[in-house]
Amino acid sequence: MYGWIGTILRVNLSEGTISKEPLDPKIARQYIGARGLGAKIMSDEVDPKIDPLSPDNKLIFAPGPFSGTFAPSAGRYDVITKGPLNDTLAGSNSGGMFGPQLKYAGYDMLIVEGRAEKPVYIWIDDEDVEIRDAGAVWGKDVHDTTDLLREATDEDASIACIGPAGEKQVLFACVMNEMHRAAGRTGVGAVMGSKNLKAIAVSGSGAVKVADPEGFKEAVLKARKKIQDHPVGGTGLRVYGTDVLVNILNQVGGLPTRNFRDGYFPTADKIGGESLTANNLVRPKGCFSCIISCGRVARVTDPRFAGFGEGPEYESAWSFGADCGVDNLDAITKANFICNEQGLDTITMGATIACAMDMFEDGILTLKDTDGIPLTFGNTEAMVEMVRKTAAMDGFGAKLAQGSYRLAESYGHPEYSMTCKKQEMPAYDPRAIQGIGLNYATNNRGGCHVRGYTIAVEVLGNPVKVEQHATEGKAQWVTTFQNLTAALDSSGACLFSTFGIGADELAEMLSALTGVQYATEDFMQAGERIWNLERLWNLKAGLTAADDSLPARLLNDPIPSGASKGEVSHLDEMLPEYYELRGWDANGVPTGEKLKALSLS
Amino acid sequence: MAKILMIHPDKCTGCHNCELACSFAHEGLFRPGDSRIHVYTWEREGFSVPMMCQQCDDAPCLSVCPTGALHRNPETNVVEWDADKCIRCRMCVQVCPFGNVAYDAVSGNILKCDHCGGDPECVKFCPSKALEYVDDTLATRSRKKAFAAKFKKAFQEVE
Repeated sequence: MYGWIGTILRVNLSEGTISKEPLDPKIARQYIGARGLGAKIMSDEVDPKIDPLSPDNKLIFAPGPFSGTFAPSAGRYDVITKGPLNDTLAGSNSGGMFGPQLKYAGYDMLIVEGRAEKPVYIWIDDEDVEIRDAGAVWGKDVHDTTDLLREATDEDASIACIGPAGEKQVLFACVMNEMHRAAGRTGVGAVMGSKNLKAIAVSGSGAVKVADPEGFKEAVLKARKKIQDHPVGGTGLRVYGTDVLVNILNQVGGLPTRNFRDGYFPTADKIGGESLTANNLVRPKGCFSCIISCGRVARVTDPRFAGFGEGPEYESAWSFGADCGVDNLDAITKANFICNEQGLDTITMGATIACAMDMFEDGILTLKDTDGIPLTFGNTEAMVEMVRKTAAMDGFGAKLAQGSYRLAESYGHPEYSMTCKKQEMPAYDPRAIQGIGLNYATNNRGGCHVRGYTIAVEVLGNPVKVEQHATEGKAQWVTTFQNLTAALDSSGACLFSTFGIGADELAEMLSALTGVQYATEDFMQAGERIWNLERLWNLKAGLTAADDSLPARLLNDPIPSGASKGEVSHLDEMLPEYYELRGWDANGVPTGEKLKALSLS
Repeated sequence: MAKILMIHPDKCTGCHNCELACSFAHEGLFRPGDSRIHVYTWEREGFSVPMMCQQCDDAPCLSVCPTGALHRNPETNVVEWDADKCIRCRMCVQVCPFGNVAYDAVSGNILKCDHCGGDPECVKFCPSKALEYVDDTLATRSRKKAFAAKFKKAFQEVE
């Protein structure tokens, strides 16, 4: 095959078996790869009602057809599983080298099944695959694990692993690769921990072949130029990182502040990309095949928060910053370093601390609950300390490790949790930006911005600018972005490549690479198919239309200050239209007609 | 005038686009192991360094080659490899002090940078200008100036 390798690797940790099977070309065409192919395998093989932390769950690592080629910023892989945070068909993607290495080793996908009796890691050296004892690295942080496993395997191997947080099954633990890159959301690291799987080491010497080399190169050069000429894709993200968004979102009144009590943070500039570049940036860092380089090699010298690693993305600067009322970028960066070393999702971590601070301010939590630490908004040291405590499941940290929904619910106040489907919303206030609220409410993995990034049009004007406070037309934008991203994720491309290119360019590159002719409509339809398959799975898992909702605070309490003062979310004006556009009934269930059109019936 | 490939590790983002472009230009597929350029990354330090043949003036690979398969192109100063003359003794691999000559057991090829015949693909695909293809004198001068600027900054700070 071209683009695809043609082989799936399956490892059953309960049985200790390793097998290889061919990739069905028809399924590959329909679901592309990565997220889509993972969803298809989950749908075919896993009962949606299983306990996500039981051996019945499967954990899939899957790069896309672009991964391993020089398609611009397109070397990603997805981790797909049933998520422990919210029971959805979850998944999370990451850059770095791991996805391409898995392909060079000869696989489109690794499916991990069962549970090992004791800690193990999987070592993939081209066709030689072993399950090895991980006793020596269990308990180690991500950096030490990576170094030790390279010593034990190959000094240039790519290592995807969990930190202590994943071992302890913190519900929002992530999978880390190349030390600093995270498949961050939905708790995929907890599933890995539940399987006693510490890491996967991979070293590949093979190739990714191209159906039409000349056509592919031409399409890639065209796409590269469009990204490089784009003010965000070509300049903004490289110079300032994703953290450049802090000031932009604050100006439009959409930067959630103090657990969404507000949408404006007066000292936001202190935590934005401009400050990060001036004070902490060492150099930009790129994932495999990336031409954007939004990664931030960063340093903190303040002795209270000293450290070195990859610094905060926008979402992390927000969650540990504005959302906790903290404007100390050194402390935020330190919290980010700890998350990377311990293997925690920075969005849910920061937002859960923010939720706890909110409850503390209102007297629901007291010093007795918080191990004597005053969890007030803006308490910088307390914020960093809570990250440490969570990773170690120490004291109140064990409560935080459940995420904000379970935390707030355990004290009888679930309304303090700023979540959709029990996953924390990211850094865009749905009261200020209406479309993103509809996306959060309907997202297949809960509070999530990347799988339906309407901010592109509602705030950034890419490719066109639409009014952020309006509800008209938003259902269509949400549907389009959700479908596009489902296809894009499945191809192995990075969402940020859409700062420059879209479905046309992705379909053109994919066609030349694989030899399968994808018209733009075919590519978008594959995305719609994947979205509907994920929806069906979630419905079978027990989710209903009632879960397509937002926290009451966003529907009822107007933003008190800033450019979006007085606004609330009008989700009810958009949701029925969204269901209709999707071809779903009033209960949010895909109709038979729609499923037939998508070859899903 | 002969040109050289200049590397600027401080600008390298570790994206490996150079390896991909090299492998694709020479083999028509993506197999970084076959690339004539390699990037090494120290993740703890956040630093990456691209490595490729330096086209040494006093090249050990060329001196040790018993058949003349490795020879210098007088116009470009590039050490080129002639597959027909090569007996695959791999002495060149042994003597390169930088490890920049490799032997690929799959294809039977000696892998070393050939500047793509005067238009290096790695330079075209490097997104951060960490690789430059420049006249050697100009290159030397520009690097001196860059260091001079650092000195200037340091002295200005203590003034």
